[in-house]
Amino acid sequence: MLSNLGIFSIVLTLLISFLLVYNSTILFKKNNQILLQKIINLSLSQLFFSILCFILLIYGYVSSDFSLINVFQNSHTSKPLFFKIAGTWGNHEGSLLLWINILVIFSYFFLIKGKNYNINFRLITLIIQNFLIIGFLLFLLITSNPFVPIYPVPSEGLGLNPILQDPALAIHPPLLYVGFVGSSIYFSAAIASLMTNFKGKEFANSIKTWVLISWVFQSLGIIVGSIWAYYELGWGGFWFWDPVENASLMPWFVITALMHSVIVLEKRNTIYSWVIILCLLTFILSVTGTFLVRSGILNSVHTFASDPSRGLYILIYLSIMVVGSFLAFFKYQQKEIYNFSLKSKETFVLVNNWFMLFFLITVILGTLYPIFLEVLIQKKISVGPPFYNILIIPIVIPFLIFMAIGPKISWIKHNSVKIWPIIYLLILATILNFIIIYFFGSYSILTNLIIISAIFLIINTLIDLKNSFAKKGDSSFSRIISHLGFAFLIFFIGINNHFSLEKDFNLKVGDKVKFENYKLDFKDLSIKERKNHKAIIGNFIFLNKMTGVEEKLFPEIRIYDQPKTLTYEASIKTKLSHDVYLTMSNIERSDYYNIKFQKKNFMIWIWLSAFIITIGGFLRLFKKN
Amino acid sequence: MKISYVKILSFSVILFILIVFFISLNRNTIYDTRKLVGQKLNKFEMNSLLDESLVNSEIITTSEYTLINFFASWCYPCRKEHEFLVKLGKESNKLNIVGVNFKDKKSDALKFLKNYKNPYSSVAQDKDGKASISFGIYGIPESILVNKEFIIIKKYLGPLNNEYYKEILELTN
Repeated sequence: MLSNLGIFSIVLTLLISFLLVYNSTILFKKNNQILLQKIINLSLSQLFFSILCFILLIYGYVSSDFSLINVFQNSHTSKPLFFKIAGTWGNHEGSLLLWINILVIFSYFFLIKGKNYNINFRLITLIIQNFLIIGFLLFLLITSNPFVPIYPVPSEGLGLNPILQDPALAIHPPLLYVGFVGSSIYFSAAIASLMTNFKGKEFANSIKTWVLISWVFQSLGIIVGSIWAYYELGWGGFWFWDPVENASLMPWFVITALMHSVIVLEKRNTIYSWVIILCLLTFILSVTGTFLVRSGILNSVHTFASDPSRGLYILIYLSIMVVGSFLAFFKYQQKEIYNFSLKSKETFVLVNNWFMLFFLITVILGTLYPIFLEVLIQKKISVGPPFYNILIIPIVIPFLIFMAIGPKISWIKHNSVKIWPIIYLLILATILNFIIIYFFGSYSILTNLIIISAIFLIINTLIDLKNSFAKKGDSSFSRIISHLGFAFLIFFIGINNHFSLEKDFNLKVGDKVKFENYKLDFKDLSIKERKNHKAIIGNFIFLNKMTGVEEKLFPEIRIYDQPKTLTYEASIKTKLSHDVYLTMSNIERSDYYNIKFQKKNFMIWIWLSAFIITIGGFLRLFKKN
Repeated sequence: MKISYVKILSFSVILFILIVFFISLNRNTIYDTRKLVGQKLNKFEMNSLLDESLVNSEIITTSEYTLINFFASWCYPCRKEHEFLVKLGKESNKLNIVGVNFKDKKSDALKFLKNYKNPYSSVAQDKDGKASISFGIYGIPESILVNKEFIIIKKYLGPLNNEYYKEILELTN
């Protein structure tokens, strides 16, 4: 029943999408107000039916309707209601349906919000967006239908992967999808803009809010994912340059560049082609990321049951998209005249873009190179943090300096850049850096430079903040907040990196180890039966001999039944100054345990700074409305 | 005509990437070290722990079977399994035992071998644990049994025990 209803509404959504393309093509030729209303209605019903599909699937999960293979494979009656609902998008099929929903939602709102824009531009955007929607709907129907029935109906489901049984599952994928998939709308708009010659300021205006929305959500999604990995996967850090993390970072770099460039286009009516390229690239990279993760080419924590036909489908989709936008760009692109003064805000925004592109290329190389090498010469390598650290860290230093100076420069032409204030502030930053060294101990020259430039940016941004308060109705407040967040982020990452402590031990119950000024005592083990798993809990006491502070830590090994899996839960004690992080894993056929101890400084500040970056984006969004 | 070079170049890059993606689609990349059984061991070269020489894959060809054992002085389960390695070294004629010292200090490792005897014909040094990754090592102790043709016959995760000791004897004699 549910299966039929679900498939019916998918097919209906698909049909409406075809109708939308058809009607928009007709309207494009002859302007007709009644037809436009019809298109808006069609678009609304498309929205209705695609959301209906999703609600039906959620209903299937909530009511544990195991007549659907998808529910059978990913749920269980004993799961709490919360995980039944979140489990809907905890698998390939369900999350793909979420993808489509976001495509449709953005399509609808772009159509109705854009009343002031050129009708042909709106129509072509709608047509392209619906091509994207049709592509994904066909993908859903052909290879990944969440409504496939199973007969006979099993009495119980297989359960949700234990690692996914976490509140973060409820928010991490939806946030990321709004971010990634949201970028589809300005992909479509960019092509429409090329085709209808709707460009310049107006085009910048039409996509600005959408860029901001997807940027905010993408950033939040990445941060939540990072925090989730920190406490769930037992890696004990905030970023690992894992290929899948990188896949999420690639579009983020481009969208950040776009967010800055679109302002240049809006204010100065220049770099139009560049903005178009960034628009196209953001969504292309989002789909590339999806391809890499879902095809099983990358081996990582995000494993979807991999099926080569799905990978092939996304690859075909991606190829059509890339080749199509490539051809469209070269066909319609016009020569632009750039008149930039070297000392102008435009130039500095472009500098930002070059940095972003550098980071992007680094990450793309690091992520794709192993794949290429394996295909071309059958050699397996893995690119790890050292590669990224060497390439990215030194470049972050000038990036921060430019980021501090850029916003102070005016549009068009800045008369004179005063050198002395910059030098004073740099000296001040250096002094502060040495004070930190005095209290915490020394670090490498590179870290010194990172910290100095981060402090330099912090001071500059704080001065901007003060000035912004003085000027009423200043529009730069949100920018200042985001930049401040970024400066603090780099600052705390620098410090965190250098004063963190990491130790591995083999211990059995009763063992004690001493290292540096600390003592770790493995008191005992207890076993607890919980609702959906059994937990082996270690009882540890961590003593700081300098301060005499004792902390109790309880890392766990969890044994889940549905499906049968072992997971390791880190025990984390978070304080303002540092996190103490302990994981425990068993060694086969032995009463010893592998214990990984980590002391990470200022972890909470890293998360907080990252959130502040997105708060800036939110402020801008709300101010606009 | 300059623009067309840009077009051709960027188009070829895109095409190249897409083709590589296509080829890699048909590869199984889910990496499970248990699946390595039956596969060929990669060539390797590491520094020796005992002297200035190198330990390389040539060593696999010197006898019918080779057991590569990953150990460290700080690893307690390694001490437990060590007696089985010593016994294997004495009792199996066709088996060569090679040690890989994993993330260890040289002095500690040498002390370990002195205290618990040295069953290894040669011992390689993997200071930062990187070389072990290409053997598909998760954590130690772990051992890999290979034949002369570099084919992995068996993998032992965790310390060797009496049962495994007997199995290795049977397989290699």
